[in-house]
Amino acid sequence: MTLEVADLKVHYRTLKGDVRALDGVSFSLADGEIVGLAGESGCGKTTLGKSLIRLDGRMRHVGGTAVLDGDELPIGDDRAMNARRWKEVSIIPQYSMSALNPTRKIGKMTSELLRARGKSYRVFKDELVSRLELVGLGEKVLDNYPIELSGGMKQRVVMVLSTLLDPSLLIADEVTSALDVTNQKAVAETLVRFRDMGFVKSMIVVTHDLSLVYQIADTIMVMYAGRIVEKAPAETIIKSPKHPYTKALIGALPEVGLEYGDERLQSIPGKPPHLLHPPTGCRFRDRCPLASEECEAEPPVVQVEAGHEVACWKAN
Amino acid sequence: MLELKHVWKSYRVGALGSKRLTAVRDVSIDIAPGEVLSVVGESGSGKTTIGKMVLQLTSVTKGQILLDGEDVTARGHAARKAYYRRVQGVFQDPFSSYNPIFKADRIFETVRESYFADVKRAEWTARVEDVLQGVRLDPGSVLGKYPHQLSGGQLQRMLIARALLLDIKVLVADEIISMLDASTRIDVLNLLGELKERGLGVLFITHDLSLANYISERVVIMRHGAVVESGTTGKVFTDPRHPYSRNLLASVPQLHRKWSDSEAVPEKLEADGDRDLDPAPLTEVDEGHWVAAHP
Repeated sequence: MTLEVADLKVHYRTLKGDVRALDGVSFSLADGEIVGLAGESGCGKTTLGKSLIRLDGRMRHVGGTAVLDGDELPIGDDRAMNARRWKEVSIIPQYSMSALNPTRKIGKMTSELLRARGKSYRVFKDELVSRLELVGLGEKVLDNYPIELSGGMKQRVVMVLSTLLDPSLLIADEVTSALDVTNQKAVAETLVRFRDMGFVKSMIVVTHDLSLVYQIADTIMVMYAGRIVEKAPAETIIKSPKHPYTKALIGALPEVGLEYGDERLQSIPGKPPHLLHPPTGCRFRDRCPLASEECEAEPPVVQVEAGHEVACWKAN
Repeated sequence: MLELKHVWKSYRVGALGSKRLTAVRDVSIDIAPGEVLSVVGESGSGKTTIGKMVLQLTSVTKGQILLDGEDVTARGHAARKAYYRRVQGVFQDPFSSYNPIFKADRIFETVRESYFADVKRAEWTARVEDVLQGVRLDPGSVLGKYPHQLSGGQLQRMLIARALLLDIKVLVADEIISMLDASTRIDVLNLLGELKERGLGVLFITHDLSLANYISERVVIMRHGAVVESGTTGKVFTDPRHPYSRNLLASVPQLHRKWSDSEAVPEKLEADGDRDLDPAPLTEVDEGHWVAAHP
């Protein structure tokens, strides 16, 4: 078991009170597993990714634990986490296009990064070059400034840099959203290749695009309003989803071959609840077509079959 | 109705405009009333430039843009203002389309100031409520709010409502749903479908083939500034003739097909050559289905 997260709670401090972006999230990640984390904007998926690597100033670790390779991650302690970042936990940020220092050449920037970690650039240079070649970039990009590279190239440089120290956990936050289809596919397949070649042990891929994450993930988790509502192997979640929210999300996806005239796709009415004062019971209740009185109580997590968990009263 | 005839566009780039970049090469397309035409392509294919030229946000280097048979390019302020009565655009990022300092409904007020200064307040309010209902928004819940209080889908639909106040004929929709959530984007997409049923022509610019397929009758696929394939959506998507179109279709992530299951290797494509030359000529392979010459 690479990662074991139990009842993790992370809140954002605001003037009006605490926004409960993560409100009791538990899951585990096996060695070599790619987990896709999907959901609407504001459901807490980015917060979950971030809280495993760095809490920013507004975020507060309220409760719960995350255990990586048998060691508990000191989530709330920025200094103690720093020793683990990049080596044990690494992230490909959401706007990785702007993650590179515009005033440094790529090679110089990498050497500074490595020096800050007490590593020598010379030792890593060969490995760095061979990994860059693996993603289709020549050694000469090390002498380029970020502005000289295209969006897709920058994305690949950041991917190589993030995984250079072979972290056990990699968080890929919306890495494909800013790219067009052909680049999207190349980047997504590179993530899988990095796992297969052992550069990273396991991975959490955060995205809002279910059809993309289906292509690469072993397991998919769907989040809604700060909680995980369904978790299952990728094939199961697409073919036989149990939670009404997952069903609605899949129902709203246009596929190649479907036309406006034939069949009208349905959106999900309403909007997610505000997490400043989240409602009690099932949080999807107000938008759910199946909701009834029992949904006013907290839904139980039902294990439908091995590896398929649903937080819904109607799951059976 | 709207017609582009052999349109070219080159931008000046580099220090003091020392270099030229040809973004659109010899593109001819037309949109009929009640039709959604999708322009699909990768970043840098020139699709957004086409939208900008139609909206006259940038000049046309060579060629003509005709609206109802009348050349509309490069005219004075008054003519342009009249043109905007008939052609409007909505863009990708709804959050930066609004001024965050003002309430979101100010966009309706600016239309009134420019075009309908003599319409009475009460009548105007009724009109605004009318178009809001037309885009499936509840006037009570969106009027008087600031942009940050509304969702991306609501903001985007308000921009469409604003365009509808002007009694437009053509709407340029440039990636209007790529920033929206899966749960709300369908509402905006279905709205475009309703607009076309009301006789509006829509130029739908996107990089997402599944969206283009869902909403449009005809599709134009662009690469390196030129058209590589065009035709009715059904034909282009079931029988793509150009290797680039085939590659594009193979990379779309879909729920019923995994990339790892397909054996197909991406086909080799021509590199980007001299963009000042005429692009590869189009030949008609089937009724209304045109494909650029390829090796």
